[in-house]
Amino acid sequence: MTRLAAILGRGWMGRPLVIAVPSVWLALFFLAPFAIMFYISWVDMGNDILPFKPLWDEASGVLRLRFDNYTSLWRSDQGHWFDTLYVDAYLRSVWYAALSACICLLVGYPFAYAMTRADARWRPLLLLMVMLPFWTSLLLRVYAWKGLLADQGMVNQVLLFLGLVQTAPVLLYTDVSLLVGMAYVYLPFMVLPLYAALSKQNPQWLEAAYDLGCTPWRAFWIVTVPLSWRGIGAGMILVFVPSLGEFVIPSLLGGPENLMIGRVLWDEMFTANNWPRASALATVMVLAIVVPLVWYARVAAKDDRG
Amino acid sequence: MIVAKGLWVGRAWLALVYAFLYAPLLYMVVFSFNSTRQDARHTGFSWRWYEALLNDTKLVDGFWLSLQVATLTGLLSVVVGTFAAYVLVRYRRFGGRSLFAGMAHAPLVMPEVVVGLSLLLLMVGIQTLLGWPERGVLTIVIGHTLLGSAYAMVVIQARLSEMDRRTEEAAMDLGARPYQVFMLVTLPNMTQALVAAFLLAFTLSFDDVVIAEFLSGPGVNTLPQVVFGYARRGINPTVFAAATLLMLIVTTAAVAYSVWVWRRSRRRADEAKRALAA
Repeated sequence: MTRLAAILGRGWMGRPLVIAVPSVWLALFFLAPFAIMFYISWVDMGNDILPFKPLWDEASGVLRLRFDNYTSLWRSDQGHWFDTLYVDAYLRSVWYAALSACICLLVGYPFAYAMTRADARWRPLLLLMVMLPFWTSLLLRVYAWKGLLADQGMVNQVLLFLGLVQTAPVLLYTDVSLLVGMAYVYLPFMVLPLYAALSKQNPQWLEAAYDLGCTPWRAFWIVTVPLSWRGIGAGMILVFVPSLGEFVIPSLLGGPENLMIGRVLWDEMFTANNWPRASALATVMVLAIVVPLVWYARVAAKDDRG
Repeated sequence: MIVAKGLWVGRAWLALVYAFLYAPLLYMVVFSFNSTRQDARHTGFSWRWYEALLNDTKLVDGFWLSLQVATLTGLLSVVVGTFAAYVLVRYRRFGGRSLFAGMAHAPLVMPEVVVGLSLLLLMVGIQTLLGWPERGVLTIVIGHTLLGSAYAMVVIQARLSEMDRRTEEAAMDLGARPYQVFMLVTLPNMTQALVAAFLLAFTLSFDDVVIAEFLSGPGVNTLPQVVFGYARRGINPTVFAAATLLMLIVTTAAVAYSVWVWRRSRRRADEAKRALAA
């Protein structure tokens, strides 16, 4: 023990050790899985215990590199480009994720703004109340919406009572239920960065605008909103990114029309048992998320420097 | 006048959105006490779904398994997250730092299905080579920790980077070795962040269904997996009863934690006052 302590005590030995621990962890459980996934995305399907064949066939000495795991994502069996289940599901996922982010922004911005305008004594409580539902299972909260949005459910009862509809519409297993679920789950992810950005703003900036003859409405649009763009950007990303690959919400609240890419990946893996194609799909999903994020990080970093 | 009207609109909006946020929670509490399976009309008070819950071995077993998995995940995430945060905050320059930073943050943005799939492929690979580990608690804990440690790292990183380094320097001047400084000064100074990181990782694990579905083996079902299975078959008020009990536990824990933090900060303030007076 004392020997170990002596070794650790010398700075030159402790530092590499401290760096090594998380590096080995990440290499083993983050890098290695992705490398394996990438490898499998190029090989042939098989029917062994492992349902894929090795890239290098030792018996015949042939390298069997398969491109069609990727091309079949874009090209249908009839030879039409961009006319596949995968492209459809991916575009639909992007659409739903973008819609969720916009709904969260429209609901969340006035909400966060009203929070910053509330009495200072109440603000910590208001903030806590936004985060509290987050600590109860997402799955259970989504499950509850299934009951609330049912044909005879509470939401329809309220709509009928208010006279907003004449006959109860079908809400469950449609776009509506899916988007309600997504907006519900991800709203706190939008509100928190917006609140952080808005509460940092100096009220004197607004006063300056008023002194220069600005109406409150105009001042809001030309001072408050532009100064909170980092909060808006962060919120949009925090909602968009997890929505894109969402699995649980569409499984519980979406119908067969609302198939999203996460579910397609799942089916490819466990129903079709096509590991190479599932791996190819996952690789494409990673690229589709990493590229826009790196772009955003660049823009944000440039904004910091400028 | 305009400001007053704006205030009123703002408050109405706050109330409406809070109603939206809490409606499902309220719904589950109310309908867990329903006397029938009805999901839209409350037909009378009863405890029957709580009795059903106690007799539902799948849900009860799932709860204990999830508790075990989440506790292990929380502990492991705090250890890995502390190492990663320390490296990122204290070692500004070393070869491969940006790669390290990228990898450490990446699980935060990766879709859960992709994380689950890639880890499943790794586990299957290891299992074919070594015949171990069976898919079960260990594999789920590893999957959850990959995610949990990234969140833990962010929390601990925030605390580490705002920490006053002069106390550590003072300890070093007094002859403490670097690891002693870390154990005696740095760690005790971030207890709150460590607790917060543990709770975050614990909750993530306790809540996750996607990674668990990929990495669990036959007969190993966490609570969310059992609930997910039930949920796809329609409404089951037994699940509402379970949800109500969980909410009760979480709320109690949240209140207890806030009281602990508040007391701690007050004690600190008192000590500081006394020290100044002496």
